[in-house]
Amino acid sequence: MTPIIVIAIYLGALLAFALFSSRFSRGTSADYFVASRSIGPFMLLMSVFGTTMTAFALVGSTGKAFQLGIGTYGLMASSSGLIHAACFLVIGIRLWAIGKRHGYVTQIQFFRGRFDSNAFGYLLFPILVLLVIPYLLIGVIGASKTMMGLTGPKGPNPGMFPEFFESTGGAIPPELTGAVICLVVLCYVFAGGSRAAAWANTFQTIVFMAMGILAFTLISNKLGGVGAAIEQAKASHLVRTESDHAGVSPITFLTYMFIPLSVGMFPHLFQHWLTARSAKAFKLTVIAHPICIMIVWVPCVLIGIWATGILPPDATPGAVLAMMVGKLIGSPIIVGMVTAGILAAIMSSLDSQFLCLGTMFTNDIVLHGGKKNRFTDKQVILMARLFIVGIVTLTYILSLVLFKQNVFDLAIWCFSGFAALTPLVIAALYWKRATLPGAYASVIATTVTWFYFFKQSGYGGEYTVNGVMPVAYCWLAGAVAMIVVSLVTKPPSKQTIAKFFPS
Amino acid sequence: MKPAVLIAIVVFIVLAILHQDVWNWDNADLVFGFMPIGLAYHAGYSIVAATFWAIVMKFAWPTRLEEWADETDDAATNNN
Repeated sequence: MTPIIVIAIYLGALLAFALFSSRFSRGTSADYFVASRSIGPFMLLMSVFGTTMTAFALVGSTGKAFQLGIGTYGLMASSSGLIHAACFLVIGIRLWAIGKRHGYVTQIQFFRGRFDSNAFGYLLFPILVLLVIPYLLIGVIGASKTMMGLTGPKGPNPGMFPEFFESTGGAIPPELTGAVICLVVLCYVFAGGSRAAAWANTFQTIVFMAMGILAFTLISNKLGGVGAAIEQAKASHLVRTESDHAGVSPITFLTYMFIPLSVGMFPHLFQHWLTARSAKAFKLTVIAHPICIMIVWVPCVLIGIWATGILPPDATPGAVLAMMVGKLIGSPIIVGMVTAGILAAIMSSLDSQFLCLGTMFTNDIVLHGGKKNRFTDKQVILMARLFIVGIVTLTYILSLVLFKQNVFDLAIWCFSGFAALTPLVIAALYWKRATLPGAYASVIATTVTWFYFFKQSGYGGEYTVNGVMPVAYCWLAGAVAMIVVSLVTKPPSKQTIAKFFPS
Repeated sequence: MKPAVLIAIVVFIVLAILHQDVWNWDNADLVFGFMPIGLAYHAGYSIVAATFWAIVMKFAWPTRLEEWADETDDAATNNN
């Protein structure tokens, strides 16, 4: 019961902290959608980092290292330190400047303006929404599975609440965890929008970073220090050489570098960028992002490697961190704190995703085409809130329906889809010759190649083409289509160039 | 293109190549007695990446872009 009390205290503190931010609200739609573009460097770093890191930051990194070994860090973390920061600098700051100058709050508004086409927005909108929804489900289902693992039966012992939840053997059922997580996030996003999400993300990011370090310190002490801990790990996991289960091929390692490009097209990250007070606010985010990744990922990867000498090889990768904490530390308070850290990592992405979908439905569909003047600012905020309630409800229902499906396998495909769309945003921002037909061709080429590989993979799961990550082909298809079609079609008007390119 | 930007692009490409560290692929040596060298290299790589971005911020900061964004604050209301 103690871990549940610790988690409840965490959720209460999160809610209080996020709702406190409402005191700074200016009550306008600009405040609700982009925090009146007032977020400073530290909060921008924490909110962008927290949004970028999902449950994968703690649970996935440990589990993946348990499977693959040390290659996990280079594959997913150090490459992200370089590429994410590049995206923040090259794409983020420029989009922030354009968004500020023209008052945009969504990606679709930018693309509609840049390519001077309403119809293009209607093509891009469902693609972005469909890529975000599985990402949302991963969060809610991940939280439910974490709580089931924490409170479920352990060997011959019954779960934590056998008298309340008979059907799950005493574990807290997904219906309850999903409802609590969705309600907490909904409460503060509903009340404070983007500002509350930034505050909550700051709190959550500090919590999950601290809990990762705490778990690392306590586990290593229990194993007799970091030296003794690595001694008992499997030798196959200390290198990247491919063996039966561990390791990674050089070509996969190379082409995996396309995956972190996804942050360039995440709609929820776009919204966070727009909250920045000034371009200078990005400086800390760009510089500190690789260090923040290192602080979270190195301890978790080491715990995953240590686990190879302690847990059976067939242990569920997603449960490795919880099993190591439960087996080696055992203190209910620590177990509760680490679980709170895992939930923090999950929720710091969920809130931004709920908010961005609500913002997109409101601004890109309902208010699009000059309809904004028909509504007062208060009505616009109300509309966004109602959309957010609808999206949270839909996500909750889908998370229950798909609970037993392996939606986690979809994660890499979501990232691949967003990453493969980056030629579109890079060309739109830096290439004056990029045209509307080129943009259509790029999106269509990316979508077709992505769907082809997705089908080949059996609709999800890990899949490579002779070791090459499919995202590399999708990205190249999108880039080539953009360049070729733009060059053979009429260039954009001088007005469009003047509007989007600083002289 | 400013020379600082050009240098930043070249260094970025070099860093992307250095990320592959094929020479560490099957090296199981431990650094400081607890960190596999392949992991220590990439942890160090993260620090180098942060340092690189700090230098880029100093010498290749898009000053003009910031001024351009600030030029029409009042006009930033027509979002469609």
